[in-house]
Amino acid sequence: MRLQFILGEIGSGLRRNLSMVVSVILVTFVSLTFVGAAGMLQLQINQMKGYWYDKVQVAIFLCGDGSTAAGCATGPVTPEQQENLRTLLESPAVSQYINDFQFESKEDAYKHFKEQFSNSPIVDSVTPDQLPASFRINMKDPEKYQIISETFASQPGVETVIDQRQVLERLFSVMNAASLVAVSIAGVMTVCAILLIATTIRLSAFSRRRETGIMRLVGASKIVIQLPFILEGVIAAVIGAALASGTLWAVAHFFLGEFMSKQYPDTAFISPAQTLLLAPALIGLGVVLAGTSSLLTLRRYLRV
Amino acid sequence: MRIVEGPELSFPQEKAPAPVADPAHKAASCRVYRVMIRFENVTKVYDQNARPALDSVSLEIDRGEFAFLVGASGSGKSTFLRLVLKEDRATSGIVYVAGQNVANISSWRVPRLRRGIGVVFQDFRLLPQKNVFANVAFAMQVIGKSRSVIRDTVPEVLKTVGLEGKERRMPHELSGGEQQRVAIARAVVNRPGILLADEPTGNLDPTTSMGIMGVLDKINQNGTTVVMATHDDDIVNEMRKRVVELKNGKVIRDEARALYTSMIPVVGQSRRLKDASGRDDAADTNPPQPDRSPRSGEDQL
Repeated sequence: MRLQFILGEIGSGLRRNLSMVVSVILVTFVSLTFVGAAGMLQLQINQMKGYWYDKVQVAIFLCGDGSTAAGCATGPVTPEQQENLRTLLESPAVSQYINDFQFESKEDAYKHFKEQFSNSPIVDSVTPDQLPASFRINMKDPEKYQIISETFASQPGVETVIDQRQVLERLFSVMNAASLVAVSIAGVMTVCAILLIATTIRLSAFSRRRETGIMRLVGASKIVIQLPFILEGVIAAVIGAALASGTLWAVAHFFLGEFMSKQYPDTAFISPAQTLLLAPALIGLGVVLAGTSSLLTLRRYLRV
Repeated sequence: MRIVEGPELSFPQEKAPAPVADPAHKAASCRVYRVMIRFENVTKVYDQNARPALDSVSLEIDRGEFAFLVGASGSGKSTFLRLVLKEDRATSGIVYVAGQNVANISSWRVPRLRRGIGVVFQDFRLLPQKNVFANVAFAMQVIGKSRSVIRDTVPEVLKTVGLEGKERRMPHELSGGEQQRVAIARAVVNRPGILLADEPTGNLDPTTSMGIMGVLDKINQNGTTVVMATHDDDIVNEMRKRVVELKNGKVIRDEARALYTSMIPVVGQSRRLKDASGRDDAADTNPPQPDRSPRSGEDQL
């Protein structure tokens, strides 16, 4: 009975205040979309970092079947060449610059590749043979990359020596800047949303002051009086958050999944399912936003 | 969310003056108090620079009593009612309602206090978009009464206030007197022990007012304590109930079965002259015996 009564109150409140409720929905939608966009950029950065990014700085790729580099004139790397490279890495001349190194076989490379590109159709057309084996080196000082490069680039059996960080770091700094911008916009929009929710609740409380006055007099509890107002704000915010989640999913699905992954097949993009992981966070954020701002407003404008 | 469907007036009790067991109310959990409202030297100051709205008022209103609160505007009538409802906090002194010091009621239990008190106003305060039934039912819904209880109780109460067959009317389709009856029905539908009425006839013509007084009297006969603040001398003179007169926040008169103005002649008392009805003359020739002298603070303790 009481639940039904509260639901009825919420319904009539939402109807009476429809335009304000719609604006609350839109503002929370936009602000949470920006929050979500920042989250998506971070997810994308993690996706692109792949297995090795945070562990090593330099990769020495060994010659494979189809390698065309100068050092690979003799064909794929032989076990002896591989052993020589390992000895060289362990020799004092080199080991003074590195913390440690790991060998990634073709099978390991395939495994990590599959993990990183799990969302991409490219994974089906790649076999372990197409991926080069490599030594992954964790540098004591990443700036000393040149020494490793010079030492190993000309070794037989080495296809290329690259510093993956330098390739990706630039891109990541752009993406981090973009997510910072998104978060700033989200911050401003969130302030908007909070103020708008507060105003809406205030209006709602004002337009129903007769009811709440009577409720007070006949001894309705604080919860019964305030809950409809709080839930009104929360419902509007949750709808906004759901719309934001849907938008992010659509971006991941249509823009990244259907468009970008065809344009840049060698880049690992996040999957739509991953963006849905952001949805509970966005909805939770919306609830907290609306709940706190309406509670604070009611404390001032609805005496119980 | 607890649904309270307690006995008529089951105030939680603590330190209280003289509980009296009343066999008529044998709700086991509910001790019954002779004194429903008790003010002990209550002072209420709204503005430090102005005179107090209530100035050391001591007063007892018994269970089942009908009392008029009279006095000019600003004499403290409304403040009195607000203090009973714990809408305001007394600056000093103690207010007991049903044996409980309202200052000791925590804010989350104030709703339970108010469930034991019905209130009626001059301006009715009905919900314009709800019909008569819904307006009365609203008071039960918000405290979580079940639908079947509401279905049974509301028509009964509407019958008590004389509004049978008008359940489906909207407030704007009713006369002022009928609207006030709806407001009274709403105030008593949860069977409060106390009914406070703040100038309930202020917007009504004399005939309609008498009808309303009939309703209030009936509710009083059923055992509800009624406290009515009013300016309406005709009604007070007609009802012959206890009259408490306030002036500048002080009780200047407290008489049983009294008239609007004092029996004791006061200089400049032109008001009674206009009341040229026969019954007032009768009152003059046969003044009621005041069985209750104006109370002072000391004799209550």
